[in-house]
This record gives sequence, structure tokens and C-alpha cells, in this order.
Amino acid sequence: MINDRELELLINEVFEYHGFDFGGYSRASLKRRVDRLLQLDGFEKFSDLLYRVRTEPTYFKRMVEEITVNVTEMFRDPLFYKLLREEILPVLATKPFIRIWHAGCASGEEVYSMAIMLQEANLLHKSLLYATDINPLVLDTAKKGIFPLQMMKQYSENYMVSGGKKDFSHYYTANYGYAKFSNELTDRMVFSEHNLVSDGSFNEFDIILCRNVLIYFDKELQDRAFVLFDQSLSKLGYLALGTKETLKFSSLGKRYSQINKEKLWKKME
Amino acid sequence: MEKDGIIQGCKVLLIGGSAGSLEVLIQILPMLTRIPTFAIVMILHRKSAEDNTLEELIAVKSNIPVIEVEDKTPLQPGNIYIAPSDYHLLFESNDILSLDTSEKINYSRPSIDVSFESAAEVYGESLVGIVLSGANSDGTQGLLAIKSAGGFIAVQQPESAQMAFMPKNALEATNPPYILDVEGILTFISNINS
Repeated sequence: MINDRELELLINEVFEYHGFDFGGYSRASLKRRVDRLLQLDGFEKFSDLLYRVRTEPTYFKRMVEEITVNVTEMFRDPLFYKLLREEILPVLATKPFIRIWHAGCASGEEVYSMAIMLQEANLLHKSLLYATDINPLVLDTAKKGIFPLQMMKQYSENYMVSGGKKDFSHYYTANYGYAKFSNELTDRMVFSEHNLVSDGSFNEFDIILCRNVLIYFDKELQDRAFVLFDQSLSKLGYLALGTKETLKFSSLGKRYSQINKEKLWKKME
Repeated sequence: MEKDGIIQGCKVLLIGGSAGSLEVLIQILPMLTRIPTFAIVMILHRKSAEDNTLEELIAVKSNIPVIEVEDKTPLQPGNIYIAPSDYHLLFESNDILSLDTSEKINYSRPSIDVSFESAAEVYGESLVGIVLSGANSDGTQGLLAIKSAGGFIAVQQPESAQMAFMPKNALEATNPPYILDVEGILTFISNINS
């Protein structure tokens, strides 16, 4: 296991050599991820890891992929999706065009969930879903829309709890242990690398979903991300966070109104 | 630090449990009055659902305030904190709790090992960890981490546990100084820092 000093050293070197700033990441989680990487790749000494990160760009890429957490699922927290489906989509439906940003989308399961709901509400044709992540590898998976077939039972249950009425298998083609989601969904998605630490606002959105991403940031970096989201939201736009994340402690909190005590806030001014 | 068999200088008491542990807590909690000098953090294997049934049940049985854990919740003495379902609970160095949705450990999220190991790094010898009833091997590595960081460890006596596997596994691997039945756990907790 690495110590605190070694972790700080790694953070500094990564910034110096590659320009990625992990300085605002929550240390407890980051440390676990680095320890896991040391074990996964069989490093005997921390200095060996440091050397490879410094000198091999491909290894640095691998490190970013492994230390960021990419766990996600379709219709994750299905009651949240039920709220979107029943309360928010009807409001968005009145707009001529709907722009959605999934910030930190990982392998895209939640983006596909949203696209399915938009299609069911007959809104997909006038929607565009922007999906971004710091990690290019997971974005490749997201673009393909191919997920393990064994997950579909769970996703189908989540879908039903979210208020879905169709047979979930209608949305994908099963083949060789994988489920490939329909191109009609993917056609309305734009995937791009984006780093919440260093990149700026790139469009104006009606809803931004950033769920279980900010838990990996310290408060200062969370505030930076909130400002970025605020700059990227239209007036009366919505911000969705993970089930244990909150806007309560942010200075933006007072300009946003929380919907039904759910992890969904509306920008009021 | 231990004086006359009583633990002193404890900042955090961790309680890890799985199947059969809630029954133990329900017996103990109504008897505990105040814990002004330390915090209790519970890591219990629970159904992956977004409700707060477990928090509510424990709050009803307890005289000690139960704080709902959200991202970056400050950890303060006098309270009980419960790891939320489907997140690992971690400890930051400035008495702040953080959450993590990374892979399940020992088929569990929250995992007892993950929280115990994280707390051991931050709290060292000011930490006490107890593993209760369960049918999983989670908790053993965590107790080892607490022990090697200088903290105190205790395990529920397997004969008194509904599910003996978890305490037995922990017992065999860690050789804890305290092996306690339900009544013993109550006395043990009541005596901390007294």
C-alpha cells in the first residue's frame, strides 16, 4: 500500500508530465484505486509505477482508465428515472429542441436509458444527448452500445420500476453473450472526451446529469464543477446528481430549487 | 490505549455485520445512552435499494442520533453513521466521510473490509472495530488492518451469532483480545473511553 506522501508525489508527477490534475480528487478513494492498480499490474515498488507513468504514455492512459471508477448501470436508481419520465420529460416536451448532457457518462448505460425514455415519450427525434467522460476507453464502449447480455435481467427490472411498459428486449439484439442497442438510440448521441477538472462549458443544456461522479472530488473541485454546470444550463434547466450527492453546501444552492426532495434541482434564475 | 481492560482514546467505533447482525444491534442499541467522545460507524450488508429503512429502524431503536450519510458528511462524536446501500464508505483525513461506487468487494457494497481498512489508515490506534454475525468472509481483512495500525478489535462469539461463519472466520485469522456475546458487546461499548 502506498502512503500519503507517495500519493501526492504521483499526483504532482501526473500533472507535470501529462497535464492531468488529480489534485482535487478525494484522497481516500484515489488511494484505494492506486493500491488496486499496483496489485493488478504486479508492481513491487511504488517507484516502478511512478517510472512507467512518467515514461510511457500508453501506461499513463491505462492508469487513468483504472483509477477512475466506471461502475454504472441502466436505469440506475429506477425511481429517479420514474421521476424524470413522469415529471420532467413532459416539461421538456414543450421545447422545440432538447439538449442533454451526461457528464462523466462512463460506458454510457445511463445515456441509453435516457434515450429509451425519450423515444417512448416521442421526443428522441428532437433531442441530442451529449455524453462525455475523461476516459476514452469507456467512451468507445458507450459509442458501440454493446453491453453484457447477463446484465439485461437486472436492467429490464430497473426499466419496469422506472415505469417502462414495453418488453425491454425490444431495444437490443442479443448475440454471443452481448446485447447491442438499436442505432436509432445511438444516432441521437454525441460522445466526446471532457475533463470536468480542466475543460470549460461547451453548450447550453436543458438538463445535465452527473451522477456519482462528484463523490470522487473534494469540495473545492465540486464547487468548480457546479459553476461549470451552472454556466452550461439554460434558465429553468435541471441538474441531476447521484443519490448521495447534494447541491446543499454549494453557493449555487440558493438559486436552485430541489424537486420533490429528489436529487434533481431546477435552475431558477 | 487500554487501561484496566478499558479502551481509552477511541475516536471511532466501527461495527461490521451481515446476516444476523441487525438482531444483535436491536438488542444493544436501546441500552446505550450517550457516546460523547466517539462516533459509531456501522457497515452492514444490506439490500441494494435506495430507501432508508435500515437507518429508520436503527434510529427508532437508538437513543443516539443517527445521521444519514451523504457525500462528504462530517464525522462527529456523539452520533451513529450508517454506510448507505450500494456505496463503499471511506474516511478522509479531515474527519469527513466520502463514498465510492467502485466494484463490490467480497460480493458486497458497502464492504466491511473497505471501510475498516480506510478508517485504519486515518484513525490508527484511535480506532475500535467489531465484527458481528454473518455468512460471508467480509470484515476479516479489515480487522487485520485495524490491528496492524494499532487499533482495537473485537469479534462476536460465534456461538452467540445467528450466522457463525463471519465471526469465526475473523476470529481464526485475527486472534482478537475480545470475543464477546451480545451482553459482552454492550458492556464493551459502554466502557469505551469511560
